[in-house]
Amino acid sequence: MSTLIAPAEVEVEQPVSDEDLEYERPWIVIVWNDPINLMSYVTLVFQKLFGFSLQKATRLMLQVHNEGKAVVSSGNREKSELDVARLHAHGLWATMQQD
Amino acid sequence: MRVRLDRQEQLLLSELLDELERLLDDPDDPELRRLFPPAYSEPAEDEQYRSLVRDQLVSGRSKVLETVRTTLGNDELDSDQADQWLRALNDMRLVLGTRWDVSEQMDYGKLDLDEPRGRELAVYGYLSLLQEQLVEALG
Repeated sequence: MSTLIAPAEVEVEQPVSDEDLEYERPWIVIVWNDPINLMSYVTLVFQKLFGFSLQKATRLMLQVHNEGKAVVSSGNREKSELDVARLHAHGLWATMQQD
Repeated sequence: MRVRLDRQEQLLLSELLDELERLLDDPDDPELRRLFPPAYSEPAEDEQYRSLVRDQLVSGRSKVLETVRTTLGNDELDSDQADQWLRALNDMRLVLGTRWDVSEQMDYGKLDLDEPRGRELAVYGYLSLLQEQLVEALG
């Protein structure tokens, strides 16, 4: 349940441990080249899933095609897993790893 | 969007829909490995990912196949239906492409249509053409 009014809380500074840093390191989603997916289809999927312009989607698709892979999104673990799952639902070969 | 498929094309797609639907009964079938690729390189993490999303990915794909099946004889597709056609055609290509280990440059002139491999790769080529036309129409 969300509320617009934040409860009055006293902010307490927490010491940052290595574990916290590890947790906060962003995740990146990588799409890998494969011989089956059509270049035009991959471009369309990038536009549809991430709202990229045709120009940006085409540039990323060409990076996948020419260099073998491209980073298409980044963020926390949950968002990255969702992005990977959406890419998998569209048949693209996507993995995620911590940056 | 207008579609014009003749009876034979509809029959072929219908058979492919049946085959894919059957394969989806066992998502661990190695022929489906390109439909359910790993998300993580670490097996334990990937197992967790699979247990979270596998069912959704399977039911999403079944729904897509069902949409194509019910609109197979249509003269027109709306953009949502066309999008689901694209995904179904892609899944069919992923299965056939994995089965016969296709490369990026296929020489369709050299296919032996008397062999299962040749016939299925000819179908793969047809699906690629159809998908390309659909992408173009949507873009």
